[in-house]
Amino acid sequence: MAYSDKVIDHYNNPRNVGSFTKDIEGVGTGLVGAPECGDVMKLQIKVNLETGVIEDAKFKTFGCGSAIASSSLATEWLKGRTVEDAGKIKNTDIVNELKLPPVKIHCSVLAEDAIKAALQDYKEKWTKAEAQVDDRSS
Amino acid sequence: MALKLPIFMDSQSTTPVDPRVLDVMLPYFTEKFGHSSSRNHPFGWEAEAAVDKAREQVAKLIGARDPKELVFTSGGTEAINLALKGVAEMYREKGNHIVATTIDQRATMDVCKRLERQGYEVTYVSVGRDGLIDLDEIREALTPKTILITVMFANNEIGTIQSMADIGKLAKEKGILLHSDATQAVGKIPVDVEAMGIDLLSATAHLMYGPKGVGCLYVRRKNPRVRIAPMMDGGGHERGMRSGTVPVPLAVGFGKAAEICREVMGEESKRLATLRNQLQELILSKVDEAYLNGHPEKRLPHNLNISFAYVEGESVLMGLNKEVALSSGSACTSATLEPSYVISALGVDSELAHSSIRFGLHRFSTEEEVDFVGKRTVEVVHRLREMSPLYEMAKEGVDLKSLQWKAE
Repeated sequence: MAYSDKVIDHYNNPRNVGSFTKDIEGVGTGLVGAPECGDVMKLQIKVNLETGVIEDAKFKTFGCGSAIASSSLATEWLKGRTVEDAGKIKNTDIVNELKLPPVKIHCSVLAEDAIKAALQDYKEKWTKAEAQVDDRSS
Repeated sequence: MALKLPIFMDSQSTTPVDPRVLDVMLPYFTEKFGHSSSRNHPFGWEAEAAVDKAREQVAKLIGARDPKELVFTSGGTEAINLALKGVAEMYREKGNHIVATTIDQRATMDVCKRLERQGYEVTYVSVGRDGLIDLDEIREALTPKTILITVMFANNEIGTIQSMADIGKLAKEKGILLHSDATQAVGKIPVDVEAMGIDLLSATAHLMYGPKGVGCLYVRRKNPRVRIAPMMDGGGHERGMRSGTVPVPLAVGFGKAAEICREVMGEESKRLATLRNQLQELILSKVDEAYLNGHPEKRLPHNLNISFAYVEGESVLMGLNKEVALSSGSACTSATLEPSYVISALGVDSELAHSSIRFGLHRFSTEEEVDFVGKRTVEVVHRLREMSPLYEMAKEGVDLKSLQWKAE
């Protein structure tokens, strides 16, 4: 299979690889996929609680090159967006940007799921009045 | 000598043609272009003599008593199709049961599935963690209706070599025919249809430094005399078992390749096993949680298959593919999005099946190549583990199996 230049670029120079400690203020974590399926993505956002803007994003991915590229691209797109805006990222945007072939569309779906899971986790932890710093349930 | 990139280490998929093989083939494309079935002129005689010689060379390599027992085909897939379908049809009145294994190659699997749809019954004997078949399992699978046992001589992914002589003995005892897909074994390790009691055997030239497009099916003529129904109707070539013009240059190349393999096998297999062990040591000594797939000793000398926990196979290949040609059992490298059924059949976790990488050395592999590939593999795996959430979690002491995964 031939990879698009953008997939190769993200694979060779992945943006924002890493992790935030989960209980840092404003961090939301999404962990999606399953090892037995060959794809697991962990995507984290760090939101400014006052402005609602995603100030930083990080990822770690177990998966093929397209999965790595999809999550790397997602972190790039998340940075600087508001939480509300971030929810509008669609897997088809990722497919178009990375020129993913049909067999790799599931990688983009997983990246969208990871974004949603991270946003959901953020909302549960930090936008509820009773949110506690030590509330790690997700 | 400067290292030439990319390095080919995927010899279970194909091998380069040995220059000595190409040399003997060339005249048969041009001045010696005759049809080996043209009985009435020198062009035909010349071609027939060349094909006869090739048949003899291949027969010698696999220990066939009589070169007439070899039927040239277009390759391994056709040989396997001819063997299984040919026996199934010919012995239909005797029975409709076939015993195969869970790690046979796709051609065998797909023919078996087709036969099942046509009313045949197939039992797939499982293998142990090392890829070896338990002889007792074959014995237990046999029924009065069993007409054929088919066992891959050496596996294309993990390289495990089956105890063919024992299986052959059992088949003889029970009066059941034994076919072996020996496409990965012939030319690499000793194969002897007489000593091992094999009744039908498939081989292909391009995996033993011969040309693509030619292979053969060995069909025993004595003790017992095996009969197969042909798949193609036509001029009755190859003693009626495979109609179609014999591709003389390809057959000649196959023959020469067989002759060379027979001469060099002893030394070559030792050299490649040494290099393979070096590669294995280089990688396993530098990467934790890397696991050897297949049997540690009973395996092809040029074959190495390793699963790297926490990294996905295709991503490893992607990190190497500008420099090294390798193969993976990862789902992402297959059209079906399923991980390797061979690695899965070993009872290995599917996560590790996704993480398997196959290295295949060959006649022209060098020590410099092995060093380079070993080092680069280690680098890429380490880099990907830094990117792997699973590796991070494992290092934090999280039991990955205890987690509820949200699959897409």
